Amino acid sequence: MSHYTLDAKRLMCPMPVIRTQDKVAELNVGDTLEVICTDPGALNDIPAWCRINGHEVISSSEDKGDVVITVKVGDA
Amino acid sequence: MVTTQRKAVALISGGLDSLLAAKAVMEQGVHVEGINFYTGFCVEGHTHAIRKKDKAKPKRNNALWVAEQLGIKLHIVDVIEEYKDIVINPSHGYGQHMNPCLDCKGFMVKKAHQWIEENDFDFIITGEVIGQRPMSQRKDTMPVIARESGAGDLLVRPLCAQHLPPTLPEQEGWLDREQLFDFSGRTRKPQMALAEQYGFEDYAQPAGGCCFLTDAHYSKKIADLWASRGERRYELDDIMLLKVGRHIRPKKHFKLIIGREEGENNFLSGYHKMFATIKTTSHAGPLTLIDGDVNDEDIELAARISARYSQGRTAEKVEVEFTNKQGVSKLIEVVPMPVSQLDEAWQV
Ligand code: SF4
Repeated sequence: MSHYTLDAKRLMCPMPVIRTQDKVAELNVGDTLEVICTDPGALNDIPAWCRINGHEVISSSEDKGDVVITVKVGDA
Repeated sequence: MVTTQRKAVALISGGLDSLLAAKAVMEQGVHVEGINFYTGFCVEGHTHAIRKKDKAKPKRNNALWVAEQLGIKLHIVDVIEEYKDIVINPSHGYGQHMNPCLDCKGFMVKKAHQWIEENDFDFIITGEVIGQRPMSQRKDTMPVIARESGAGDLLVRPLCAQHLPPTLPEQEGWLDREQLFDFSGRTRKPQMALAEQYGFEDYAQPAGGCCFLTDAHYSKKIADLWASRGERRYELDDIMLLKVGRHIRPKKHFKLIIGREEGENNFLSGYHKMFATIKTTSHAGPLTLIDGDVNDEDIELAARISARYSQGRTAEKVEVEFTNKQGVSKLIEVVPMPVSQLDEAWQV
């Protein structure tokens, strides 16, 4: 199980979701992906995308304009 | 007898019609997944997130919301590059504004058709309703979409299926035509009644259409962009910036994009490597991007206009910092432009 990061800064939604989706498609079940964005909309959209597609958000935080969301790849 | 479960992909715009169309097919035991195309013009997120005052309101992506209501997967596809050709050269022309709806729908159905072939799905669903939209949803244009997209009789419009010739899924008995619908025209009543029957509340009802291209003001800004460049083309950054700030073109060769509040100023500041900027320093004021090559005289004019939108608008002099694309700055003092001199025609 590996950990990856994805820089989605300055992208506006839904681009961070699309980048997350495309990256997750390359990963294996149980891998984690840390997505860093600046559009706070990602705080809603990435978890919604995960719920729909069977992945899990294991942490999310906001710090000085950076939003960091960690996704664990599910087997759906 | 073992029957295989049929699979359909539904075009999900985030509006009520696509929600209902997908649901109607799911009700018949078909496995449905959603597909949503991001063109860059979609009325999703962006500007809501940019403006500080809107941050308090939680914003949602309607396509994701619809998929969650339906309990289906959603595939979001970035079509920004390919879509340019649709906006720039629509073979069927534009609707009321810059909206190339007929080409757009044909393009999306074509992409969905490619997707079902690659993913081994059986057919495509859209929420189109005959007679609902003046351009793409007419009795004579709906077959155009089916034909030009290549989807042919694999394209099902459940909300108005009974007005259209039977599609393959109906002929094959994968779908019972009797349980599809006969909606038509601009009325929204049947959709609202069906939403109630299915128990959907709080759905989005976009007024003009699913994207910014149906907006008169936005379309005017695109036309201005093309006219000033002398060619019809755009990048994603261009169309994002058209959604932000006040756009003023005091001369043919340059345009100012002036932040209207803190959130927009922050957003615009992210573009400081692509544009020269002006920031008032003696008074609180907006961040302005300058789109176009400017000389000293132009910079002064730009500074006077920017100062007009600062706290120093009535001051005798306002100091501003001009920074070019290379990051070299200089301070200049200007007289804020009186409102009377701000030409109406400059407003884009
Ligand atoms: S409103 Fe926009 S997204 Fe919708 S069909 Fe027309 S051009 Fe396409």
